[in-house]
Amino acid sequence: MDVGQDAIRHLSEVQVSVELETEDMTLNIGPQHPSTHGVLRLVARVDGERCYDVKPVIGYMHRGYEKLSEVRTYPQITALINRIDWVSGYANEIPFIVAAEKLMEVEVPERAQFIRLILTEMARISSHLIFMASYPLELGAATPLFFALRERERVLDLLEGVTGGRFHPNFNRIGGVKPNAGSGPTTRKTPQDLPAGFLEDTRDAMDHVLSVCDEIETLVAGNEIILARTKGIGILPPEVAAAYGVSGPNLRASGVKFDLRKVENYLPYDRFEFDVIVGENGDCWDRWWVRLQEIREAAKIIQQAIDGIPPSGPLQAKVPKIIKVPKGETYVRAENPKGEMGYYLVSDGGTGPYRLKIRSASFSNLTILPWILEGVLVPDIIAVMGSLDFVLGDVDR
Amino acid sequence: MMQFVTDLFANFWVSLGGKLLLVATMVPVIGMILGFAEMKLSAKMQSRVGPYFAGGRWGWAQLIADGVKFFQKEDIIPDDADKPVFKSAPILVLVGTVALFVVIPFGPGLIFNDLDVGIFYALAISSLSTIGVLMAGWSSANKYSLMGGLRAAGQLIAYELPLVLAVVGTVIMAGTMSMEGIVQAQISAGYPYVILQFVGFGIFMIAALAELTRIPFDMPIAESELVMGYVTEYSGFRFLFFFLAEFANMFTMSAIAATLFLGGYWLPGVPADVLEFAGPAILMGKVFLLAFVMIWFRWTFPRFREDQLQTLAWKFLVPLALLNIAVTAVLKVVF
Repeated sequence: MDVGQDAIRHLSEVQVSVELETEDMTLNIGPQHPSTHGVLRLVARVDGERCYDVKPVIGYMHRGYEKLSEVRTYPQITALINRIDWVSGYANEIPFIVAAEKLMEVEVPERAQFIRLILTEMARISSHLIFMASYPLELGAATPLFFALRERERVLDLLEGVTGGRFHPNFNRIGGVKPNAGSGPTTRKTPQDLPAGFLEDTRDAMDHVLSVCDEIETLVAGNEIILARTKGIGILPPEVAAAYGVSGPNLRASGVKFDLRKVENYLPYDRFEFDVIVGENGDCWDRWWVRLQEIREAAKIIQQAIDGIPPSGPLQAKVPKIIKVPKGETYVRAENPKGEMGYYLVSDGGTGPYRLKIRSASFSNLTILPWILEGVLVPDIIAVMGSLDFVLGDVDR
Repeated sequence: MMQFVTDLFANFWVSLGGKLLLVATMVPVIGMILGFAEMKLSAKMQSRVGPYFAGGRWGWAQLIADGVKFFQKEDIIPDDADKPVFKSAPILVLVGTVALFVVIPFGPGLIFNDLDVGIFYALAISSLSTIGVLMAGWSSANKYSLMGGLRAAGQLIAYELPLVLAVVGTVIMAGTMSMEGIVQAQISAGYPYVILQFVGFGIFMIAALAELTRIPFDMPIAESELVMGYVTEYSGFRFLFFFLAEFANMFTMSAIAATLFLGGYWLPGVPADVLEFAGPAILMGKVFLLAFVMIWFRWTFPRFREDQLQTLAWKFLVPLALLNIAVTAVLKVVF
């Protein structure tokens, strides 16, 4: 057999194989893409509309907060960690501040605790309302966005009234919360903690939030197409979710009844009545539904906290002028809107941490992507990814 | 003088030129009116104001300003694009739309050309724009564009069939395929065909939405998935062509639906001599009613998935349309 015949046979074999299987296409979704929530990049291997595997590429937004905090003092760090998960900036501060207070053994006044709790739950509402706005948009429905963002603006206005910042409040101090400038002449200011009428306005805003939840429910949950697009899509079994370290509403949607607000005592949640919402199937629909219910629960908590807040009292525990945290290490975790957020704080007795490890919720939630996106259709990539509700600042830090 | 004008328009070339000029002005004007309606209506539905500043009042000049802006933009063609195909695709899409204006009766005798196979021509030519979409998707050298183009092709095959089958019932009832003839048949019957052909009307409207690639069937564009689908790489006036074609197509599809099912330029109870001049207004009223429904859908519904669309078309709409034809034919023979 001469070389020519061999070559021809080889060619014919190639021909056959070309006819039998089509080439896969590598589709780069992101880092610039309308619905990757920032700069996430997915390298997807697709055959037509079917996606075989997905590799998330992260790091486009890495800002090095863990390293930066090593060269900053404790009070300065809250300004950094506001920016980790920027849609719930306030909630990020709590576990870090609580970790520092735990090492310093500072007792936070009750009123400050209540203010922290109210603002944390408001951050949760605003974060979940962003999800309520963006998720239908990713499925193609533009209108629920405006319903949800309108109410979120009301909540953010209140947050701004107290803290001075819509997104980055930077409001917590070690030992309490920042007293407002207050009223009166500059020389004899009376410290004023909450703006006048804040509690009444918040109560009012919570009624609005509850009513917009009903509106969103009729608009979105009553839509056949939304149900067809989300029910049974992206099912996450509880054992897989737990194995990958998925936390927060995504874990609860899979039917795991686990909420750090009930487990840990970083804020006085044990004084309030609220339910831990769990889903049944762990699909996209359940993740949407759990978040909607959590908005309602958060509004309930805030209403109870407004009733129970001590009418007056100190906002700040006695702490030294220059804050030095005693030598030691601790891990404090909190139930953030996106899931479990924790800070592992190592102090060598200086004015800043020796090492700060940030465990962010979105990073762990995102690790599920290659597992959950295997074999789904291209439109479902977006539906599943959107339902996991991560923020890229929280992934890359 | 009047005699001179009539003589002038009796000349084939002059009359053709006049008609072309009329269509060439109608398409952008209608595109702009519908585009503006979409902007304002969507704003109303989302508790926004919408365009506000351009033109001084209600932002009426917003789309004119947008059009001028598009013409000022640099004409960008990707290096890897198949250039002749890339350039001709938007033209083909627009031609497929403009050619539909030929057979729409705006009033008694007010039609560019009353073809004997009018509705057949309309349905055939409307699929031309899908070829333009496929060309755009293929030639852009962009994976998102390619997927958008292929989705559009899949959608065409799934939806052309229910669209044609939905029309057959009307054609059986009217006994003619001429658009003018169908309107005349409704006038002599004394009722618009939607009363008996409501199933056909529903199928036609759903299929027309799919044909127009509007939400809930906008998978070929699908901003949140495919960035902008087959128009991803287009900018400047080529993008404007797609934009105009979308709204002009919305008009022509609504006009065809109004003619076939809602009596076209005719309104029950309006005497024939009034129709002579009120006809176009009546047709426009019906068209804008249907266009409003399309806009309303767009800002209410999310988008289907491609496979769900195919299921809807093949398992639901096609059998229903066939049943509709059978029932219509039987009733036509019996009565």
